Amino acid sequence: MYSEIGIGLIMGFGMIGPGIGLGLLVGKGLEAIGRNPEATGKIQTNMILGMAFTEAIAIYALVVALILKFV
Amino acid sequence: MAANLHISISAETLTSFGPLNFSNSLLTSSIVTILMLILIVKIRLSLDSNKSKISGWQNFSEFITEGFYGMVQGVTGDHKKTRFFLPFFMSFFLFILLNNWLGLLPGVGTIGFRETAEGTEHAVLLNKELSVPVSKVMASTEETIHLEETATENNEEVHAVEAAEEHTEEATDHSVFVPYLRAGTADINTALALGLFSQVMAQIIGIKYLGLSYFKKFFNFKNPIMGFVGTLELISEFSKVLSYTFRLFGNIFAGEVLLVVMSALVPLIVPMPFYGLEIFVGVIQALVFSLLSIVFFNIATISHDEHE
Repeated sequence: MYSEIGIGLIMGFGMIGPGIGLGLLVGKGLEAIGRNPEATGKIQTNMILGMAFTEAIAIYALVVALILKFV
Repeated sequence: MAANLHISISAETLTSFGPLNFSNSLLTSSIVTILMLILIVKIRLSLDSNKSKISGWQNFSEFITEGFYGMVQGVTGDHKKTRFFLPFFMSFFLFILLNNWLGLLPGVGTIGFRETAEGTEHAVLLNKELSVPVSKVMASTEETIHLEETATENNEEVHAVEAAEEHTEEATDHSVFVPYLRAGTADINTALALGLFSQVMAQIIGIKYLGLSYFKKFFNFKNPIMGFVGTLELISEFSKVLSYTFRLFGNIFAGEVLLVVMSALVPLIVPMPFYGLEIFVGVIQALVFSLLSIVFFNIATISHDEHE
């Protein structure tokens, strides 16, 4: 029972940071594309890389939750 | 309800050769490797510069190779380096992409064998087996409703039905279902192997380009600040392996869990957009893994003194 509460807390709190981070990242990326549409390709590649790094933090929380749930 | 879903965080063993276990994700990875080898041989045989008309295979392979070349060139900015890094990039990308997509095929993870006390039953579909035909079950449930409403003396039959249900549940509890195939990258061992390979290769490339001065990045005792930075760099080299592993495994395994849960909740129509999402995630994760490898390879070739 306690582990179920733990899983809920991990998923809930673990997603706050990456959510804010992804929002900031994509927002800034789109802003940059709007200012300089010629550099879209370069910005997009780096944006996706940054998104992968940010998302990885959420994935760590997810992996811990999955391990708690299924192991 | 969660007990009905077949979710296993580790890959299941199909057969074992002595101490070596042959898991279902290893089987999928082998299939992907064989597919890629067949594709490579097919494309190599179709290459012919003497022909006036270029074959479709050659056209296709030139198209994707040029696309990848441009992508790697954008990271390295040096044609010599790009020619060296391109094979790694393409093999990482194609291997991970095919593995991710193979896990989405119908039948992967749902067709397997069931081990019971009596023996193994091969080529079975993952489902709850109905020992009683559906019409009979419906009739019996109608009967129970009727019984509850009227509260007559037919309780024995209800008990019999309940006992039968309990019995079948017990029977399924003892049996173990093992699917033949499982997406290779949905196994943490495959992701760890790929991450370790990429990170070890980055060190080898660093030594190849910078010689022994590559290690100055990690062990620099000129002043305490550089010494501390070197220690941090050393730790980050190890944590990159962890980060590669969990990113790939977490994304693909979470996708599988998502699909299983959605299909269990609403089996029709509703899982379809999630399949689209998983196809997209498969491409993105393959791209991220291979692009990150190339970025780290490129960082390893640049010495610290150069960009100061």
